[in-house]
Amino acid sequence: MLQAVGVGSLEDLMRVPEGLALRSPVAVTPQLSESEIADRFAGFAARTTAGGYISFLGAGAYRHYIPPVVGALAMRGEFLTAYTPYQAEVSQGYLQATYEWQSYITLLTGLDVANASVYDGATALAEAVIMAVNASGRKAVLVSRAVHPNYRAVLRTYAEGLELAIDELPYRADGRTETISLDAALADQRYAAVIVQTPNIFGVIDPLTAAESGRAAANGTVVIGVVAEALSLAALATPASWGARICVGEAQSFGNAVAYGGPHVGFIAAGSEHLRRMPGRLVGKSVDTEGRPAYVLTLQAREQHIRREKATSNICTNQAHCALCATIYLAAMGKTGLRDCAALNIARTRELRDAVTAVEGFSARFAAPVFNEVAIRVPGRASDLLRALEERAILGGLDLGRFYPELDDTLLMTATELTTGADIARLAGALAEVETRAAARI
Amino acid sequence: MPPPAFDTPLIFDTGQDGRANCYLPHGPQLQELLPVDLLRVDLPLPDNSELDVVRHFTRLSHKTYGIDTVFYPLGSCTMKYNPRINDAMANLPALRDLHPFAPDHAAQGALAIMWELERALASLFGMAAFSLNPAAGAHAELTALLIAKAYFAKRGESQRNVVIVPDTAHGTNPASAAMVGFRVVSLKSDGRGRVDPVALAAAAGPDTAVCMMTNPNTLGLFEDRIAEVSDVIHRAGALMYYDGANANALMGNTRPGDMGFDLMHLNLHKTFSIPHGGGGAGAGPVGVAAALVPFLPAPVVRAYEVDGSAAAADGWRDSAGLHFSLDFTAPDAIGTMRSFWSNFAHMVRALAYIYANGAEGLTVTSQLAVLNANYVRVGISDVVDIPYPEINRHEFVASAQGLKRDTGVRALDLGKALLDRGYHAPTVYFPLIVPECLMIEPTETESKETLDGFIAAFREIVAAARTDPESALGTPRTTPVGRIDETRAARQPDLRWKPAPPAGE
Repeated sequence: MLQAVGVGSLEDLMRVPEGLALRSPVAVTPQLSESEIADRFAGFAARTTAGGYISFLGAGAYRHYIPPVVGALAMRGEFLTAYTPYQAEVSQGYLQATYEWQSYITLLTGLDVANASVYDGATALAEAVIMAVNASGRKAVLVSRAVHPNYRAVLRTYAEGLELAIDELPYRADGRTETISLDAALADQRYAAVIVQTPNIFGVIDPLTAAESGRAAANGTVVIGVVAEALSLAALATPASWGARICVGEAQSFGNAVAYGGPHVGFIAAGSEHLRRMPGRLVGKSVDTEGRPAYVLTLQAREQHIRREKATSNICTNQAHCALCATIYLAAMGKTGLRDCAALNIARTRELRDAVTAVEGFSARFAAPVFNEVAIRVPGRASDLLRALEERAILGGLDLGRFYPELDDTLLMTATELTTGADIARLAGALAEVETRAAARI
Repeated sequence: MPPPAFDTPLIFDTGQDGRANCYLPHGPQLQELLPVDLLRVDLPLPDNSELDVVRHFTRLSHKTYGIDTVFYPLGSCTMKYNPRINDAMANLPALRDLHPFAPDHAAQGALAIMWELERALASLFGMAAFSLNPAAGAHAELTALLIAKAYFAKRGESQRNVVIVPDTAHGTNPASAAMVGFRVVSLKSDGRGRVDPVALAAAAGPDTAVCMMTNPNTLGLFEDRIAEVSDVIHRAGALMYYDGANANALMGNTRPGDMGFDLMHLNLHKTFSIPHGGGGAGAGPVGVAAALVPFLPAPVVRAYEVDGSAAAADGWRDSAGLHFSLDFTAPDAIGTMRSFWSNFAHMVRALAYIYANGAEGLTVTSQLAVLNANYVRVGISDVVDIPYPEINRHEFVASAQGLKRDTGVRALDLGKALLDRGYHAPTVYFPLIVPECLMIEPTETESKETLDGFIAAFREIVAAARTDPESALGTPRTTPVGRIDETRAARQPDLRWKPAPPAGE
């Protein structure tokens, strides 16, 4: 082959100008065989303790049951090793699956259109804000403090680039977003969007009312609904029904592992008035030269490879395979399985709340109804309690004080369909034990 | 072999009530749990039996080309083999089920994987540090430009708002610049398909923030005057950004850091063998020179010795004996770019790939990628135009302009004709500066036999087109569908299934 190419050696082939050769040798791991790699990673796995603990962590990443059929189908090489389906004739299968994903997301949110996915829930929110800014020309947004703190952090990062102002709505004593001053805030027509999350970071079901959304729209403000726990869409009133015109969120719960934070899968759904401002890929149904139904990437004039600096977003690679896992999960679970799963999440979380608040000194922080997470006020500092629980092989939840200084005595605890009665009993027992010991020390 | 051309109804058209699978115990009714005004009215989704689901998606897979089924010489995409050991490691339960809010002491192995990968990438590419935070290449570009913006703000040079981008650049470069409020200046390539330092010097000035380049560039040509280019940009007080989409051409052989680049990203889903998955998830680590380290996004993985002192972070090092934490408190960090810390499962895959190759293997990988690309170029250079006939790197561009003039057969048609022969098409019509462009990147994992087969098929297609243009114009003919009416797709958007209206309406 070297001869065919007309060079004497690989070194000749790779020759670069003087001064650009390696200044020092590449130093990485020695090469390992596959069995040694497996051994090495078994060592890494042994240094993490995902399976050794019972966990009540959620807050945007949820452990749910994933039927084995999801992995068996999604890991087929044709799906796993395909590129973006630019050559539609040899990508009909993947394109149809993505069309089905878009359909599922519109049916779940109640909105008209959905894209082929974005990186995750937080970046989906940032992209939705860009859509609203482009729709209105306004450079400020109003966001509830009960929106996931990481999502708001990402929005702030993007806002640095976009030079946007971000104002916040407080939360009420019952855990819902305070909207008493919303109409006044919207009246000066400064805001491109108002953003609420439901269920919010406290697990509380927290939509705007249809009337509030209507008044926002009348002031030219786009209502953006955030859903960090997509499973809730199977049970709760659709974002469209309470007036969201863009709904974004995280669909990791549909058939994707928590995987220490990624990859997860963001979605964007919107009313058809926002279609041309939608970022990322869209699959459309058309026909081929013989008139047969056929799927194809469409409306690409929005995208970076055509529009370059005038594109609606820079997004190129998205989360296609995670969206495929979600689509297979949704197909396998069906409406019956999804409803059962959502109901189990609500029921187990109620059991969790009842068991924990039965322990002396623990109470529900907020009174409003929740989905699969509940904020629990604890005696003392939540961070201290978490450490005591970790010694008992329990990850007790998220210390809300990490994001809300005023809630440093509050834990966010999550229960899913995988949380058992025994897990809840063990947690309640540990809480009682920790508190009894603390009381004894006093 | 063409896949079977059976029609596959939408999943919404096949289900029936009563066909639900029993994955979970039956729960209570939702109405018993929450007030009805909080609940949705109906859930218009189908219940399909598991067999129907399996058959549906298996049939869809039959109508999809992947690297596992065909040679996939898609330029700029590095469609190399994706070793299955990587997926197996990512799927280890302790890693797969680790929650992102797990405390650091319960996540030591995961943090060790991230740290080792960061160190390996720093050594390979000559950067002081890497952040694994960004989710994909374009996301990494955005991250890097935010770092540049913060760096200049800190230096009191906020007037720097221009990004210089060569006309061969990926479309994400200008789109990312626009997202941070930077103005884009496009720089014309010289007659050799490269950036001319003299022309660049005229464009660079006190408002220049960043020059974004890839090397080799998207023509597959090594930017041999890159040292002069970097000098020009640095003298203007600006930063050099390396778009790592083409890193498979130089890994282990030359380093962006040694060329004068200050910031860079990698597409782990290209160079480091992570499956593309039909368009993601990807992963786009960002690397920076020492002066930019404080601005990397949060969180940062910190490593400590047994005695609690910070572990030295120059070059690669085995993580054994170290302990780790996630640091969210760096004062100059640009913030965070995503919901959680990284596309972690892909970090596992990339590190497994690095272990499987070692330094020597990674170096040879790039060499063979370059050899394969040149071998294909030489193999077809007498039947299509090669606008830059010289030793290229991991990919090259050909042009069908002559063929189009003589026969009406375009680059697009050649790509479609290849589909009928069981090959994926090359990238077509990119880069934009070459008319009727075909961009071909074979990667190192293909055998000589595969390359010879492709060359032969390509030559036959061109020869047939010269005598009978119709042989290429109507292709593909053996795929599940033929060419698709894209105008109709755009003019009458049908983007979702809709339930049939209730009877009587």
